[in-house]
Amino acid sequence: MLKTFPKGGVHPAENKMAATAEIQSLPLPKQVVIPLAQHIGAPAQAVVKRGDVVKTGTLIAKAGGFVSANIHSSVSGKVKKIDNVLDSSGYKKPSVIIDVDGDEWEENIDRDPAVIKDLSKTPEEIKQKIMDGGIVGLGGATFPTHVKLSVPEGKTIDHIVINAVECEPYLTADHRVMLEKAHEIMIGTSLIMKATAVNKAIIGIENNKPDAIELLSKIAKEYQGIEIVALKVQYPQGGEKQLIKAVLDREVPSGGLPLDVGCVVQNVGTAIAVYEAVQKNKPLIERVVTVTGKSVKKPINLMVRIGTSANELIEAAGGLPEDTGKVVNGGPMMGKAVSDTDVPVTKGTSGILIFNQKESKRTKVYNCIRCARCTFVCPQGLEAFNLKNIAESNDWEKLENEHVMDCIECGSCSYTCPAGVPLLDYIRLGKSTVSQIIRSRKN
Amino acid sequence: MNKLNVSLSPHVKNKDSVPKIMYGVIIALIPALLVSVYFFGLDALRVQAIAIVSCILFEWLIQKFLIKGQNTIPDGSAALTGMLLAFNVPANLPWWIMVIGALVAIGVGKMSFGGLGKNPFNPALVGRVFMLISFPVQMTSWPKVSVLNFTGIDAATGATPLAIMKEGLANGEKVSDIMNSMPTSLVDMMTGQMGGSLGEISAIALLIGGIYMLWKKIITIHIPLSIFASIVLFTGIMNLINPGAYAGPAFHLLTGGVMLGAIFMATDMVTSPMSKKGMWIYGIGIGVITVAIRVWGAYPEGISFAILIMNGFVPLINNSMKPKLFGVVKEKK
Repeated sequence: MLKTFPKGGVHPAENKMAATAEIQSLPLPKQVVIPLAQHIGAPAQAVVKRGDVVKTGTLIAKAGGFVSANIHSSVSGKVKKIDNVLDSSGYKKPSVIIDVDGDEWEENIDRDPAVIKDLSKTPEEIKQKIMDGGIVGLGGATFPTHVKLSVPEGKTIDHIVINAVECEPYLTADHRVMLEKAHEIMIGTSLIMKATAVNKAIIGIENNKPDAIELLSKIAKEYQGIEIVALKVQYPQGGEKQLIKAVLDREVPSGGLPLDVGCVVQNVGTAIAVYEAVQKNKPLIERVVTVTGKSVKKPINLMVRIGTSANELIEAAGGLPEDTGKVVNGGPMMGKAVSDTDVPVTKGTSGILIFNQKESKRTKVYNCIRCARCTFVCPQGLEAFNLKNIAESNDWEKLENEHVMDCIECGSCSYTCPAGVPLLDYIRLGKSTVSQIIRSRKN
Repeated sequence: MNKLNVSLSPHVKNKDSVPKIMYGVIIALIPALLVSVYFFGLDALRVQAIAIVSCILFEWLIQKFLIKGQNTIPDGSAALTGMLLAFNVPANLPWWIMVIGALVAIGVGKMSFGGLGKNPFNPALVGRVFMLISFPVQMTSWPKVSVLNFTGIDAATGATPLAIMKEGLANGEKVSDIMNSMPTSLVDMMTGQMGGSLGEISAIALLIGGIYMLWKKIITIHIPLSIFASIVLFTGIMNLINPGAYAGPAFHLLTGGVMLGAIFMATDMVTSPMSKKGMWIYGIGIGVITVAIRVWGAYPEGISFAILIMNGFVPLINNSMKPKLFGVVKEKK
């Protein structure tokens, strides 16, 4: 029996049309827009100004605190201006706009594709390189990686968990990098293990990627302490808490972190970024993005420079289909719909998903028929219908007592509801109000 | 370019919907409906049609003129209530009683609480129990079954096995003697060749419908199984203690409305508990109350009352049977 998390979960149609499409490099754009807030935490502070000439890999913004990340130019060219530009969050954010005139890289970046297996760097050196390279979690949450790897005093960790689940339907970026950059993943994982002084790592992969499981299992033998675990396909297995439960049978306490059960979770793409930063001095300036959708002519996986407009990616996939009704930055379950396709790819962009008119409409809403399916599918053991009712009646105290903050916003409830009630919309609203209340209580 | 839709995630939804569930149950009722036509002739269809049409009509009228809301007929729940209501009455029921029953079921049982999903009690059972109490004679004069009789002439009436049993026991007869003198064997009870309400007679047809609903994931096994198990256990023990005074589990399972009630009425999502643990408790409660009414109560059959009584406990069950939260260890009190 394959492992999985025991509580709740759904299995949406996988639709991984781009799974067999090899990663292609997208040609350089004419202009890139690099937002200064691409990660969780404080925005980075720009260190360039209008007219500055930058190379590929030049630092353009410094981390604005410990929980923040450096940002580098993804192209060579001239800084046109620093301005507020609409990004995929739907808000205008301060961004560095660079006119591209070529692709001249910083000299200290090693562009040789040869794999470097050397693990002699000290944990401090590894963490410093990760911090310098502006590495953040590439799974979508974009939490700065060096912060995750700095284990606070009093906590001990014994496992690194590499998240290669890719439980979101449609997305295939992680799947492709596993097939094409397997050794880099292993070395990146080994580096993360060394940085945190842990000698065991588990890579969790869902069973719908048998080729990746086979390949990684084969080469894992060349590396110390890395185990590949095949998992039953079930959404949201890529949620940290669910993944840890599935591979280690440990339950992260409510309100706690993976650290509390001796784990650090990193996305598989992040492992590659760590490899590149530490072994090749290459900062995080590009990432793999899946461009897909049922009406998309040519679903593809693209290696894209950060700051490239989503328009260019869509063009590469055969152009925006005529019947497009919605464009989502990320996966169908947790991604964010954008109001405009001219938004830059950021460190957290795992996919550009295009829905046709029909798919983009919500279904008719009926009265709740108390079928309880929302509670059966909730991986956190919450009663979505109840949270929705409480949120609607603005009873924030009760909402907090019902553990609304435990919701991981996976969307399984809304996905399942036969009455078409947008349960998660209400819960999100409640969560944001409750978290404001919690914050004001602390101050 | 078209304007893009912007909404919060998730952006996909499974294919399930309220009408799909309602029509799924209606499809599951078809085997039992066919059996009722087979044994009761066109009378069964007549009662069905009156019930469905009146339920739909009353819901439409109330929704349009009293609630002044959207038309709710397409969701299929009114038709389903009508169908279940007809399943719960004798096939020779006068039309006007059926219409009154439909008004009570839809008007009092469902719409007075705000319509689908808001009602605490199963509307069809509210209608049925109202008719049973108001028109006890018509509601308990059961037509005798006759195979494929489409002549339309009122067939003779006879008692249900449960009524025969109740009367026999009251007269001091032994269970085994009553069973021997009964016109229906256990096999007849399986296929449906016995007196009873229109839709409750054939255990096999109802079980087929139940399996269909399990396959389509409309219901889970918890409620029917716990009702069956508690009836078997309860009557089994009684039967072992005094086989002369208490009929065995097979008789209790196959007669009356147990099959219809356990598979179709108790599993109504709106009025049943929302956790698996709660479903067990609810089902066991129904089983125990049903047997208690049958054995000690004034009525020969008790599952309608049992379900309605347990419907009343559902909010309490829901409040005390919450799912276990991920990452929360229960505090010791």
